[in-house]
Amino acid sequence: MVPLSYYLVLSGILFACGVTGFLIKRNIITIFMSIELMLNGVNLSFVAFAAHWHVLAGQVFVFFVMVVAAAEAAVGLAIIISVYRTRETLNVDQVNLLKL
Amino acid sequence: MISVHLILFLAFGAVCVAGAVNLLVQRHPINSALSLIAVMAALAGEYLLLGAEFVAAVQVIVYAGAIMVLFVFVIMLLNAGVEEQTQGSRVALWFGVPGMLLGSLLVAWVVLRHSGTESVAAGALPGDPIVIGQLLFHEFLLPFEITSILILIAIMGAVVLASKPATSAPAEAEKGSD
Repeated sequence: MVPLSYYLVLSGILFACGVTGFLIKRNIITIFMSIELMLNGVNLSFVAFAAHWHVLAGQVFVFFVMVVAAAEAAVGLAIIISVYRTRETLNVDQVNLLKL
Repeated sequence: MISVHLILFLAFGAVCVAGAVNLLVQRHPINSALSLIAVMAALAGEYLLLGAEFVAAVQVIVYAGAIMVLFVFVIMLLNAGVEEQTQGSRVALWFGVPGMLLGSLLVAWVVLRHSGTESVAAGALPGDPIVIGQLLFHEFLLPFEITSILILIAIMGAVVLASKPATSAPAEAEKGSD
């Protein structure tokens, strides 16, 4: 028997690691992976709540989150390839065309 | 009393946290990607502990299989090297890190204080594909169909974005001559 709060704390740790990676990383691919880490943290709390409240809809939501993550990964990686083709870099500090 | 369930939870959780921290520490994107795969595999173990077998299988197949292969493929395609380190701001170091630690400790304390006797039993609810499928194709039929449209749009968007910009080349030249 594991309390629900343990799962929530683990989920929070994963989400916080994702946010930290999003903020401190300079490589655009690693930033994208941090977003996936955040999605995984949220998925864990979805499944934990589904098991806790005995509502299977939480697992279906996880399924939908995975579908959206897959679509996001496909489009996002295509954007990264496009950025690399035009800017010749993966460093987000050098992708500053919209900066004043 | 420490149960096997708790030991497994702690083991998988330790792998998760270690992989997530390793993702932050590593400088090369391929190392970050491999540690993210470890995080996802360990999360599949957590889902199994929660009784969600279908979600665990999909996690391994879709996340650790398909999405991460896409990531590794793009990293190798673009020949991504070690990322350059930038000077972090001093304000973030002095106020951000202690503030984040304080905030996370506060949240953990609030969440754990109310834990009480509520607990998640192993296999508390049926998470097998039959039940999930019935739920998915009855109650969630409309969202399911909408995701198919989303996937279709994503495919077209990826193809358009990643293909060679053959038609936009004259526009670029025109813009350059202006």
